[in-house]
Amino acid sequence: MPFLAQASSASARIDSVFLWVFAVCLAFLLLISFFLVYFSVRYRRSRNPEPEDIEGNAWLETVWTLVPLALFLAMFYYGWTDFQYLRNPPKDALLVQVIARQWAWSFKYPNGKQSDQLYAALGRPMKLETRTLDVIHGFFVPAFRVKIDVVPGRRNTVWFTPTLLGDFDIQCTVICGVNHSAMLSKVRVVSEAEFKEWYFSDEAAPRVPAAAAPAAGKEPPIVGLLRGKSCLACHSLDGSPMVGPTFKGLYGSRQTLLIDGERRSAVMDGALLRKAISRPGSVQVLGYPPIMPPAKLSDEEMEDIVAYLRSL
Amino acid sequence: MSYLEAQGRGGLLSWLSSTDHKRIALLYLFLLVPLFWVAVSLGFAMRLKHLFAGDFLMSAQTYNALFTVHGVIMIFMFVIPGLPAVFGNFFLPILIGARDVSFPRLNLLSWYFFAAGAALALLSLFTGRGAPDTGWTFYVPFSLRTGTNVPLAVSAAFVLGLSSILTGLNFITTTHRMRAPGMTWHRMPLFVWALYATGWIQVLVTPIIGITLVLVILERLFGIGVFDPAKGGDPLLYQHLFWIYSHPAVYIMIVPAMGAVTEILPTFARRTIFGYRAIAYSSIAIAALGSIVWAHHMFTSGMSDLAGVIFSLFTFLVAVPSAIKVFNWTATLYKGSIDMQPPMLFALAFVFLFCIGGLTGIIQGALGLNIHLHDTYWIVGHFHYVMFGGTGFAFFAALLYWFPKMFGRMVEPKPVFIAWGLMFAGFNLLYGAFLLLGGMGMPRRYYAHLPQFHPGHLAATVGSWLLVAGLLVLFGSLLRALRSGRRAEDDPWGGKTLEWRIPSPPPAENFAEVPVIDAAPYAYNPGRRS
Ligand code: HEC
Ligand SMILES: [Cu+2]
Repeated sequence: MPFLAQASSASARIDSVFLWVFAVCLAFLLLISFFLVYFSVRYRRSRNPEPEDIEGNAWLETVWTLVPLALFLAMFYYGWTDFQYLRNPPKDALLVQVIARQWAWSFKYPNGKQSDQLYAALGRPMKLETRTLDVIHGFFVPAFRVKIDVVPGRRNTVWFTPTLLGDFDIQCTVICGVNHSAMLSKVRVVSEAEFKEWYFSDEAAPRVPAAAAPAAGKEPPIVGLLRGKSCLACHSLDGSPMVGPTFKGLYGSRQTLLIDGERRSAVMDGALLRKAISRPGSVQVLGYPPIMPPAKLSDEEMEDIVAYLRSL
Repeated sequence: MSYLEAQGRGGLLSWLSSTDHKRIALLYLFLLVPLFWVAVSLGFAMRLKHLFAGDFLMSAQTYNALFTVHGVIMIFMFVIPGLPAVFGNFFLPILIGARDVSFPRLNLLSWYFFAAGAALALLSLFTGRGAPDTGWTFYVPFSLRTGTNVPLAVSAAFVLGLSSILTGLNFITTTHRMRAPGMTWHRMPLFVWALYATGWIQVLVTPIIGITLVLVILERLFGIGVFDPAKGGDPLLYQHLFWIYSHPAVYIMIVPAMGAVTEILPTFARRTIFGYRAIAYSSIAIAALGSIVWAHHMFTSGMSDLAGVIFSLFTFLVAVPSAIKVFNWTATLYKGSIDMQPPMLFALAFVFLFCIGGLTGIIQGALGLNIHLHDTYWIVGHFHYVMFGGTGFAFFAALLYWFPKMFGRMVEPKPVFIAWGLMFAGFNLLYGAFLLLGGMGMPRRYYAHLPQFHPGHLAATVGSWLLVAGLLVLFGSLLRALRSGRRAEDDPWGGKTLEWRIPSPPPAENFAEVPVIDAAPYAYNPGRRS
């Protein structure tokens, strides 16, 4: 691929197939273009006033059916062999869990270590098993030529062997909401020794954004509930700006809202909170995108949440 | 008296209640053109946003709404109905020597469905909690969870589908039942063959998108669970259902375009088409094979690897009939006497741009390559080459070709040549840059882009300016021709098919006397055959 590093064992294979398929296609295009231009000039009306009705030619029709067919089948075959390579990880690959959520990636290693960047060792195959906590996402590392959709209810897998040291972009490829294009991360390819050092160190995993780190046990159960219902993907507890308004100081504040389509100034009380959470469509905060999904909460959970928001 | 004046001149109402296929064609045209410009403006705004990598001009939410609405309008309201509804309606009956389609009232009803669907779609932009932001594919579960106005947009697509089915049904029946005496299947112009093949696709696959959209609405309202793994459903089911329609829909878009170009080439080369039967049957082959390749949109979705292999194989097979058409078009120029009028230039641009669209499709049909290219700008570039470079350019070629017949006025060629130059250069800069960006790994539907992609985005945006400038010049000269163009003769281009044997513009029932057909459609030089 143009302007793109070949950073995995798959990269060069994919690129070489791309190159020859591309070359054949380019040759096709040039051939057709040449004849289009040549005939248009050679047989222009001023030069060739007397046309001829040529109705066809069985021999030519056969040739230009069979030759493309043969070339296409060859392309299919090479695409298939590459695909097989991409789909069959070596047995000794290190298995890492990828957890995708709106709009962050997190990676969990067999020893429990967790990170928001993917650490990988040079030359060591790694297999990723993906899962999503909300909608479909796409895990894509262009420099590795690998991509897999992360689909609810499935554990899609993907693998690679890094062949270059450095940082490589991870991008989400399936539209997943307002911050889709910010759902980025990096693969950090380091030497085997450096990887081991990182992997076995007790040092806490690198900085993990609050929303992406379900640090179970350390937080009160109500925060766990909010996280579990994805609320914290869009709302912060500490006043920091996110996609949705922060929960801090929300209760009791006066706001301008669209309530059932009517623009009103209102004080956030328990009733209004319940309405905003259970039927987000009926309460719209001006200045924010209308993307909040309706939450499925039991009455008890709802009361807990309202009580908690009141305490913030 | 032409169809434009006939029917008592009752003003707007006489148009809105007319069952004349030609008037209905114009009714479509008058809806399609403004919708096209709305969608062009949205695309233009998106390109402006990418002048800067980060925040600029609009919010991320607005951007997501823009690409969704741009896609929905362009696909469901311009590219799919474009050629069949406008030129199919106008010329299918004339080309086979009929006075109207089989079911003129149904034809009018389809237009009303279309208008209602378009109205619903526009309504979805301004009501509820904002324009849909899911992309035109409405993938679940995101489309179920987003608070934006997905249900209304989806209902709009449903109603538009009804319109498409009825049009297809009408064309199939008309082709079977309304041909003039002597108009055997192999004497039909190739545009008719293309519309006939398209009609079958419309009738057979559009109901599937209808079902799918209803399921999305039910899922949103009642949580029935067919797409929800927690209730035993599967989001991939949605993708299959969606593409079972939407892939053949690509052929609904392109086959009539191919048909129109096949009419234009012989007229300006002043010789018969090369390989009549090959072109006719390849339309049918495309319609048939095109119905079994849908899952090539899903190679990275996690469906079984075996399915991937099978769908990739079929994808390569469906490329063969398209290649056959390209070769036959090219050979049609051989030993012709070519008059490079604007419609011809657009038709040739179609062949070139469609080749790029088809060939990039081949490249991404290879499994290993698709994994890298899927969901990147490469795909966006590819389908713009097919749908805009292909169907769009063919639409303009057809419009320029049949304009004298439809409106009785000639279009001044000079500004159209300038428009063509701007459009051709801008188009290739814009979508060529897209192909390159996709190869580099730029994902589609991204509000913000990483720095390594910036030069490509700048080039694309400059391309979009040229393209839009060209479009403005083109539509400007069409409008001028409409007001003050020179009167057109009955057969200004020297064409041989039936529409050139009746007055420009045609009278209400087309033929004073139904013609009797005794020859093939493109017999330009009966004396000189080889
Ligand atoms: C996808 C992002 C997203 C998720 C997930 C989400 N929200 Fe929201 N929420 C928003 C946005 C954006 C707004 C403001 C716009 C609006 O009202 O629709 C909002 C508004 C609100 C409001 C009203 C705030 C005010 O200032 O009036 C409350 C309360 C709320 N959310 C609670 C929740 C709870 C509880 C959950 C979890 C069950 C949740 N949200 C999940 C995005 C989200
Ligand atoms: Cu995502």
